[in-house]
Amino acid sequence: MTNRYWDALTTPLIGQNPITLQILGICSALAVTTTLQTALVMSAAVTCVLALSGASVSTIRRFIPRSVRIIVQITIIASLVIIVDQMLKAFAFEISLRLSVFVGLIVTNCIVLGRAEGFAMGHGVIASTLDGIGNGLGYSLILLLVGAIREFFGHGSLFGFQILWTTAQGGGFDPLQLMLLPPSAFFIIGGIIWLIRARRPEQVDRSEFRIRGESREEGR
Amino acid sequence: MAESSIHENPFQALSMLLGVAVLCALLVSVSAVKLQPRYVANLEAYRLAQLESILSALSGTAHAVAADEIESRVVELGSGRYADGIDAATFDARKAAVDPNSSTPIPPASDIAGIKRRAKHAGVFLLRDPGGRIQLIILPVRGSGYQSSLYGFLALSGDTSTVVALRFYEQGDTPGMGGRIQDPSWEALWPGKQVYDESGTVRIGVARGKVSPASVDAQHMVDGISGATRTSQGVHGLLRFWLGDSGFGPFLERVRRGEA
Repeated sequence: MTNRYWDALTTPLIGQNPITLQILGICSALAVTTTLQTALVMSAAVTCVLALSGASVSTIRRFIPRSVRIIVQITIIASLVIIVDQMLKAFAFEISLRLSVFVGLIVTNCIVLGRAEGFAMGHGVIASTLDGIGNGLGYSLILLLVGAIREFFGHGSLFGFQILWTTAQGGGFDPLQLMLLPPSAFFIIGGIIWLIRARRPEQVDRSEFRIRGESREEGR
Repeated sequence: MAESSIHENPFQALSMLLGVAVLCALLVSVSAVKLQPRYVANLEAYRLAQLESILSALSGTAHAVAADEIESRVVELGSGRYADGIDAATFDARKAAVDPNSSTPIPPASDIAGIKRRAKHAGVFLLRDPGGRIQLIILPVRGSGYQSSLYGFLALSGDTSTVVALRFYEQGDTPGMGGRIQDPSWEALWPGKQVYDESGTVRIGVARGKVSPASVDAQHMVDGISGATRTSQGVHGLLRFWLGDSGFGPFLERVRRGEA
């Protein structure tokens, strides 16, 4: 049993990572990772929502009518997200300004609904909570990695502490403007996915069809 | 997938759904009511901080300014006169802008700020030199960005001709795109811009793309934010609106004539 719980917590970190394997939650991963601080707060918010929605959906899973289960799940998730958003606005106002709509958009983050429908509806409360936390941590891992790379190369700092002095401040480091724009997160996440799949070939998707005239089988 | 859902009986299903809905509504309402005062306080503190940062932007040219030296008045926009019947300390601009008794609809053709209604009154902040002449005017401005309302302060020199600062304290546009109207680097483009051309027409604004330094626009316009055309044009529209005749135009005219 313990082992199953441990698995629920740890497989989403790399083996079943929601961002790099399932390619979910990309929108927020692009938007909030310009600095580590916003990435960290967003990660905490998503992890909270995932854990609580896993726990509550799992608690009432036997009583949810099948035909409207998605609506029930969304109701629960949306309520949790609103509460988290209000908490941020009340206790971390400056950061909530920078995260703006993206906290509210956790509702539409496919990771949350995906875990509620795919895991919490069929597993016990403890396992579902751990699965939520595990997926939250998997999401956080990628967000923090991307956030660290973008903040370091885009601002020359980490968590706001200046590490490289930029030319504007009289140092020798010219920040990469691209890192502050959303496309850079695409490149970084793409790079991370490539690295993971190079190490773990079992994660590579099989081609759904072969392009005519192509002689060798290639992964997408 | 679900292990089993035993309650396919419509009556039980309905009561189950009602239960979830009521419980969720209760949680959300309680947290909203409990946390709202904190949020409002944060927002107010942030607005004041923006006001003070505009003042400190000025301290390089004049003496350092404290918030309590600032004179706060309510202006009747149509005539440009002070509305002395309204206490500036308790004047609620947001409420005034939506209340049908204290606001007027803006005809769509002239609604370049995209705000639909305009309050009849607005609270302005003034700084006077020891001789009583106006040194600095701070006007509240608002308009529509890409997906949110933009709220900010525009600070003008005492002769109303030159921008001292433009700061937005509330906006919900995309971070990294339209949200960059709050970037210090974009805010730094504004000081020194000329509001009017020689004929007295409002020429200040935001260009589509970059402003050529050689053109006459260079002294009036700032560069638009690439990737955020709608937000940039929203700022352009709100400046033209609030500095124009249906905004603070009549008030600024009175300031120039020395009647304010």
